[in-house]
Amino acid sequence: MIKATAEEVAAQEFESIVASHRPQIFRFLLASTRDVDLAETLTQDCFLKAHRNWASFRGESSAMTWLMRIAINLQKDHWRNRRIQFWRLTRTNAVDLDEASDWLPSGERSVEQRMLAREKVAKVWRSVENLSERQRTVFLLRFVEEMDLKEIAAATGMGEGTVKAHLSRALGRVRREFGETQ
Amino acid sequence: MNHNDPNAKMAGQEDPEKLGPELREALGDFKLSVDAWSEAMISRPREAKAPVRANWNAVTKWALGCAVFAGTVSSGVYQNHKQVEAAKVEAARIAEQQREMEAARVAKVNEEDLMANIDSDVARQVPSALQPLASLMTDDEAQGN
Repeated sequence: MIKATAEEVAAQEFESIVASHRPQIFRFLLASTRDVDLAETLTQDCFLKAHRNWASFRGESSAMTWLMRIAINLQKDHWRNRRIQFWRLTRTNAVDLDEASDWLPSGERSVEQRMLAREKVAKVWRSVENLSERQRTVFLLRFVEEMDLKEIAAATGMGEGTVKAHLSRALGRVRREFGETQ
Repeated sequence: MNHNDPNAKMAGQEDPEKLGPELREALGDFKLSVDAWSEAMISRPREAKAPVRANWNAVTKWALGCAVFAGTVSSGVYQNHKQVEAAKVEAARIAEQQREMEAARVAKVNEEDLMANIDSDVARQVPSALQPLASLMTDDEAQGN
């Protein structure tokens, strides 16, 4: 009876974790892959894996960092498997950069301002497209998920210095796209 | 968190992130755009899709190609192996034949030598001390009749 109650508590706890962190995990995977179906599948896999290992989560890092680490690893595995299965026809559902740039809330901007903003967002997407896997991950964690360097280091398993170096290179590329000097 | 100002959170943390106003605005809009897209996609009803089936055509083509390649290579190797083995057997047979011929030739030479020795022994002339006895023999006796 007591065991059943403890399990119920754990289940409820996990449900609340899913409810609060699912949008963030999905957003990161969507930005990384630009593929809605793939992002949904990887998000589900992430929470499935988290559920299986929930008992082993000791709370050394935040649940978000732990989940993000699982998501990053799943994403890596996905691309690695994709590379190994070279005989499969490459069928990706990733939306093109222009379409990804369309999702910009109009706010209080004029049509012209919206057009300009859309162009700039497209430029950022183009830069992100050309980043290495690690640079992209670090860049998105920093500028989309707004994680600090320590959190990024914990989520990616890299040292803080390495994170900083990747971030610097990624920003360099974005700056070049914008014609800025470093 | 302030979505429009990525610099607000990172201020003082890292040098490379000192962003110009244009870049700062672009990164803010980029985040807003990803947020909006993600929110729209996460709340949409997900379409039930047939499970993705493995591309059996491509797999079959690859398997068939590999089988044909392996068959061609292995049959070539087998043919070559067979020819080499046949050549070895033929060479062994010829060598054996030559050995036999050589042995026969040596045996023949030995036999001829033996016969020559016997002939020379038999054909020896009667010693002179026995000549008187020889003259007593009639022609018939001499001929062994």
